[in-house]
Amino acid sequence: MVASNSPDSSRRRVVITGMGWITPLGDDIEAVWQRLLKGESGISPTELFDASTFPTTFSAQVKGFSLDKYLGADAERHRCGSRNTQFALAAAKMAWTDAGLDRFDGLDPTRAGIYLGGGEGPIDFFNFVEAAVRAWNREANGGRGDLDACKWAEVAGQKLDAVREFEQDPNMAAGHIACQFNVQGPTFNTLTACAASTQAIGEAANLIRRGDADVVISGGTHSMIHPFGVTGFNRLTALSTRNDSCITASRPFDRTRDGFVLGEGAGMLILEEYEHAVRRGARILAEVRGYGSTADAFRITDIHEDGRGGIAAMRLALEDAGLTPADIHYISAHGTGTEENDKIESLAIASVFGEHAKKVPISSVKSMFGHLIAAAGAVELITCVLAIRDGILPPTMNYSVPDPNCPLDYVPNQARKARVDAALSNSFGFGGQNDTLVVTRI
Amino acid sequence: MKSRRVVITGLGLVTPIGIGTEEVWTALLAGQSGTSRISAFDPSRFSSQVGGQIASLSVSNYIPKTYRKNARVMARDIEIAVAAAYCATKDAGLKTKCLIERGEVEGPPNIESTRFGANIGAGLICADLCELAGALSTAVDENGAFSIRKWGAEGMNNLTPLWLLKFLPNMLSCHVTIVHDAQAPSNTITCSEASSHLAIGEAFRTIARGAADICICGGAESKINPMGLMRQQLLGRLSTKYNDTPESACRPFDASRDGTVISEGGGLLILEELEHARRRGARIYAEVVGFGASTNTHSWSEPHPEGKALALAATKALQDAGLSADQVDLIGTFGSGVPAHDVSEARGLRLALGDRATEIPALATKGFTGNNGAGAGAIDVAIATLCMQHNTVPAARNVETLDPECPLNVVRNKPADVRVNVALTVAYALGGGQNAALVLKRLEA
Repeated sequence: MVASNSPDSSRRRVVITGMGWITPLGDDIEAVWQRLLKGESGISPTELFDASTFPTTFSAQVKGFSLDKYLGADAERHRCGSRNTQFALAAAKMAWTDAGLDRFDGLDPTRAGIYLGGGEGPIDFFNFVEAAVRAWNREANGGRGDLDACKWAEVAGQKLDAVREFEQDPNMAAGHIACQFNVQGPTFNTLTACAASTQAIGEAANLIRRGDADVVISGGTHSMIHPFGVTGFNRLTALSTRNDSCITASRPFDRTRDGFVLGEGAGMLILEEYEHAVRRGARILAEVRGYGSTADAFRITDIHEDGRGGIAAMRLALEDAGLTPADIHYISAHGTGTEENDKIESLAIASVFGEHAKKVPISSVKSMFGHLIAAAGAVELITCVLAIRDGILPPTMNYSVPDPNCPLDYVPNQARKARVDAALSNSFGFGGQNDTLVVTRI
Repeated sequence: MKSRRVVITGLGLVTPIGIGTEEVWTALLAGQSGTSRISAFDPSRFSSQVGGQIASLSVSNYIPKTYRKNARVMARDIEIAVAAAYCATKDAGLKTKCLIERGEVEGPPNIESTRFGANIGAGLICADLCELAGALSTAVDENGAFSIRKWGAEGMNNLTPLWLLKFLPNMLSCHVTIVHDAQAPSNTITCSEASSHLAIGEAFRTIARGAADICICGGAESKINPMGLMRQQLLGRLSTKYNDTPESACRPFDASRDGTVISEGGGLLILEELEHARRRGARIYAEVVGFGASTNTHSWSEPHPEGKALALAATKALQDAGLSADQVDLIGTFGSGVPAHDVSEARGLRLALGDRATEIPALATKGFTGNNGAGAGAIDVAIATLCMQHNTVPAARNVETLDPECPLNVVRNKPADVRVNVALTVAYALGGGQNAALVLKRLEA
């Protein structure tokens, strides 16, 4: 068991009592977990739009999604929600049920909250493009071209739909969830790029600790598998372009890695104040014990070369948890499969863990899920909870050529049995966002 | 553990009525309008043609020379945040990396980078339509129709490699934290018009729990672009009757109001742990003593008709502050000018404050600035702070006949002398369901 030397023993404890996800490998917690342990891949050629000529033609898509499966008759009301809002609702419903909150009538709705790392909804692409292209006046501006705002207003006014536009706002998933589950307390949506849901969960834990809520639905949702999303990441050269072998394209920590694979989905957790959970007889899955958050404050594109921000986030999370590196039995890496991230994350772990760095197993489930962007941290934290519960670590798949810049134990290609009392999960985002969570066995 | 106390030591304002607290305060007292016919693009074919625009904003005035190349990837929202951060840090007497490198203050820094955080509310940043339309137009087939295959194969290369980074909401905070070297927690709240209040509330808690000693917080947004205007037009939230008298278009709580007005702007505040502020001899504007947040559950698209959720946020904030309605000297309203929303807000305040809601002097700012989206709340909080500093509440613009459905004591016609010891300020997302309230209190000597 994890030693109980929390720095402040009077503080309210936060536990996880329910989990749900929508992932490229499915929606059922247990079934997806088994697929991860077998090293299966959720990656395939992109079908959500015609990506055949894009530099990257594949992604990790959620397949065959239908909100009716999760919400039944209530699905109708939320049909207007964007793809990520619908993912969020489905995952939240599973987490809510998993936590037994559907069978509990003692919840004070004003003491329930929401803290999501929710992405923006996909743009109404073809209508948006039609308006833009038709309103482009090539001759204007001395031949450089200009947008004819009058023409644009005419076309866009006819083509764009009020609800579809409105539902793109990043706070919409939280809004829908509040209505579906009657959550009247504080609601937040944070959008700190790839770190968003880890940050959301850390802040949600603090919301409970400080007494502003007893139960919080927290996690993330995102879908950037749309033409502008892939365009943006392709222009940044952040994506793998291994089009001839997409299943092996996500290769975190492998020397031949060439970028991340864009995924989509949602992960939701029910965070609950410990005594509240005990009083209602809830099954407790794990404790959210530590959280650390920092900014690199370095460059808009590059991570600080010493891993300064990541190091500080991990140290703060350990300190918050009252644990030392030796107490951590597993690290769920951010591990995107980009040259820079994996090198600097390895360096940062080595720096924080010192002599323990080589002993602590590290894996990146992005090798199978792809990168769920704002939702990545939430689904990865769920895998940490499952690793604690089952004593088994998911592998880092597609690891074949060791990289001298990544000299640690990445649980290559095969799941591994190991007792895990405490796990640490990292998420780093564009713009220098660094967030780390520590979860422990209760 | 006793909670650490948090005070406001700096204000940064970038608004259609001025940049910096002095310009803004002078404009407020003079009743100067910040809304006009939109000039950033031709609005003739839009139903609403009015906007709150910042006349001139040159971001190079607010960043070190060495950082100028990064200005190319700043959307307007980011420029506003960066300018507001400059104003706020300077106002607070901070010696940040930016101010030192610009030669405005002498180093070394008087704050510890790893204890300096950020929480900046942001909106859904619109892609630059002009840039995007030009690039998209290179990917049309022989019939002039857009071809996604042509786009994927070549068209997209007409966009700058860093294109995506212009529009990520956390880039406001990212640029600000880089320029001023703030390495503590950096968060980005994206909850529409509630963003600023939620961000300030979170920054308040971040300092209280000890994760930072100073936070730069608030929000910024620009909706002054065709897409920003179109979205609000489609939703039917905009004023359309005052296109010929744009300075009178945004009329919060007025009987003749017909919608809100899009705008651009932002506010960033420096929040600081009390002892930290005292040690460095900082000027203290006010203490942040209460924060409350809540959510609509009847709908995610409109505020509750009875203002139920807003009332819960305000009640929680007062409870958090340990204060009662009787002790509130100023209500900072949100007052968007959307007919139903203003009624909802007035009813919510009535629910939270009882009859006191009709008596306490109320501040309404949108008649000056329009609705600055994610930046609006921070502008309101900063102005409420200035009211406390000056013991004066500016008269709301365009409130001629108060709507009897909105029985608030909105200060109008001329500024009112009010000793403001406690101010309650509220905000809500026009869509999304989030509500938030903050309570500020004069720091006792």
